[in-house]
Amino acid sequence: MQIDLRTVTIEPQRVAFDHLIRRFGNKPASRYQEGTYDIQAAENLHYRPTWAPDQELYDKGITRIVMRDWYDLKDPRQFFYNTYTLTRARQQDAVEANYKFIEGKGLAGMIAPDLREKALSVLVPLRHVAWGANQNHTFVCGYGYGAAFTQPSIYQALDNLGIAQYLSRIGLMLGGLDTLTQGKEAWIGDPAWQDLRRYVEDCLVTRDPFELFIAQNVALDGLLYPLVYGDMVDGAWASEGGSTIALATQFMSDWFDETRKWVDAVVKTAAAESAANKDVLTGWIASWGERAARALLPVARLGLGDQAEAVMDERRADLAARLAKTGIKL
Amino acid sequence: MDMKAPEKKLGIKEKYRLLTRDLAWQPTYRSEKEIYPYLDYEGIKIHDWDKWEDPFRLTMDAYWKYQGEKERKFYAIIDAHAQNNGHLNITDGRYLSALKIFLQAISPGEYAAHKGFARVGREFAGAGTQVACQMQALDEMRHAQTQIHALSNYNKYYSGFHAFAETRDRIWYTSVARSFFDDSMASGPFEFLIAIGFSFEYVLTNLLFVPFMSGAAYNGDMATVTFGFSAQSDEARHMTLGLECIKFMLEQDPDNLPIVQKWIDKWFWRGFRVLGLVSTMMDYMLPKRVMSWREAWEIYGVENGGALFKDLAFYGIRPPKGWEDAGKAIDHMSHQFMLGFYQWRFGTAFHSWIPSDQDMDWLSQKYPTTFDKYYRPRWDYIKRAEAEGKPFKNFGLAKLCQCCQLPCVFTEPDDASVLCHRQTTHKGEIYHFCSDGCQEIFEDEPEKYVQAWLPMPQLFQDPVNGDLAAWMDWAHLTDGLDNGEYQGSSDQRNFDRWRGLATSNT
Repeated sequence: MQIDLRTVTIEPQRVAFDHLIRRFGNKPASRYQEGTYDIQAAENLHYRPTWAPDQELYDKGITRIVMRDWYDLKDPRQFFYNTYTLTRARQQDAVEANYKFIEGKGLAGMIAPDLREKALSVLVPLRHVAWGANQNHTFVCGYGYGAAFTQPSIYQALDNLGIAQYLSRIGLMLGGLDTLTQGKEAWIGDPAWQDLRRYVEDCLVTRDPFELFIAQNVALDGLLYPLVYGDMVDGAWASEGGSTIALATQFMSDWFDETRKWVDAVVKTAAAESAANKDVLTGWIASWGERAARALLPVARLGLGDQAEAVMDERRADLAARLAKTGIKL
Repeated sequence: MDMKAPEKKLGIKEKYRLLTRDLAWQPTYRSEKEIYPYLDYEGIKIHDWDKWEDPFRLTMDAYWKYQGEKERKFYAIIDAHAQNNGHLNITDGRYLSALKIFLQAISPGEYAAHKGFARVGREFAGAGTQVACQMQALDEMRHAQTQIHALSNYNKYYSGFHAFAETRDRIWYTSVARSFFDDSMASGPFEFLIAIGFSFEYVLTNLLFVPFMSGAAYNGDMATVTFGFSAQSDEARHMTLGLECIKFMLEQDPDNLPIVQKWIDKWFWRGFRVLGLVSTMMDYMLPKRVMSWREAWEIYGVENGGALFKDLAFYGIRPPKGWEDAGKAIDHMSHQFMLGFYQWRFGTAFHSWIPSDQDMDWLSQKYPTTFDKYYRPRWDYIKRAEAEGKPFKNFGLAKLCQCCQLPCVFTEPDDASVLCHRQTTHKGEIYHFCSDGCQEIFEDEPEKYVQAWLPMPQLFQDPVNGDLAAWMDWAHLTDGLDNGEYQGSSDQRNFDRWRGLATSNT
């Protein structure tokens, strides 16, 4: 950039920070680049963690995925704090407007009681699933390597807190306080939810950050969001007169469409890095994916009844097709 | 389910409970020990996580909304600052040294805090505590980025900023801050919270941020003022979290008291040493000064800190052990630091200078008991040497403190004519310290501190092997550009010339 001041020029001495020029050439850097690349300490770490003396403070070795450069895992959305926050601030304005509309027009009361009960029996326990996702993404952020990979994970973590809070508000709006209590009881004790709860608790003890990324984002959410917000909310329930529910859960469908682009980019880059990575990823996706499908089937039955099996098969086929584009063949 | 009459409105507190801690559940398929493996080993006992008081009840929708508004303003201002050559509005190019130190040493600490809070945001077993820590993790990312973005435009025009990502890991004085944050992250989750959440955010942040941001305002630096102000409301939340966490630990079990006290002692001293950098900035690097370090310490250290520890006495907490030694150091530290920086100016990615007569008069007025007696004569000597064409440079390497990593340039707390030096032998090796405080920290956890990476010994190892020019290349320090005296530097030439263009008809 050259700025002319009283016909005399003040010439910049350089266009960007050294580390960005090394990576991207001698040109101005974007704010995403400035706020992401190489901002994690890389050398001369002073002490090993007292909580895990076999690890480094920032440790590439705690996952089985190997990258020559972890900053290759860039976020196609180029989210840094500013763009992330502004995007969500806009979305939350829309959510608030939707909720006001639903409450102002008394739309909750117009949903047929059977449908409302069915919808709440699925959506309300999902607030706990979203809490589990919050925990897992926070872990990935805390223990993953390099800000390109971990920065979106703290956004993802707090997005899931937001989703859990929206689901809670939907429960309160369409049902009431008891609905949250019943939903939690179902989550803790109803057989329909136990495979899923076991899945989430198994994730909570998984300490390979990349494996956790896969178990949460690909294997579980890759099926759950299309199933719940696609087949149930936009499909079956809307046709039963429940389009109010679609209005109330708009954030979740938009969020999934947006974040899957990031998830796919990460999987694709990591898989393309080496055959070994691809094998590890394929193994994780197969084993966690199998379990996730099994855990979601009873939930699908709650929301879709007899069609559950057929729909789950479709969702699994869709996910396999989606993954094929990232280089993972199941 | 029948449509019920509208429920009575939930109170804010109850609603917040439903939207946070009610989301968590008691796991049954996996044990708490497996899910939260690091909660025990520090010896802190927590009996009931529900007793945690949420210090601020912020749901994500509100967070996005408020933070979004702040972000819009912040970037509007720094965009305008860049477009209008706002860098020419600073009082003088010497001011840039303070910004360079900030970007090289403090901003990386924001990122480390982000990472550390993400870890404890997962490792704690209480949902209320976790959410508070997660939000702070997100905020700290914001601070790292807003600082880099605000200072990015300075990098385009001035030296010393361009290699901050490399100097963070390799240059000697940044390892003071780096070792502080590495130390906190290498600690268990509870100690981390005391280190960053309490000592740094609560006890010391005012000493870092208020003088720094006021200094920026006094010296016409809108970009820095803006990131400071924009971060302030985040800091208010962080301080509340820091205080809540310490009270929570102390209320949970009487056995926690001695552990917490030990950490307060340790982290006060660690933080105090890092803040020595700020003392130098306040007393020497601001062309237009806000207040002296001594005055800042009176307000933010003695008054605020004193009031805090008075409150905490209720829990049995006494002021940090190093408090008195800190008080004794206040009249000396900025001078000792600046003399250090000046004599090792070949090895700093910022400029230093001999204070002018006017500056020295100000210093002797602010430090009536010490400056004229101990420090003016040294500056006079340096000035004479300079005038005789034999500038004073120290190409010897400093002995670094094994704990705080500063050169051992400080004097005995009770005798400013004697250099303070402590040493201890551990497994047949001798380790050096700048103070009793640092020695005690080492002796409490020698296995941790023997690991410290010391930048001076590195100079004699591969790939540098004692070659100064090779060290500069390795540390990404451009000799003759980034380092040395301000007078005659390219920063000085450019700033004066550009400012002349902007403010006169030449």
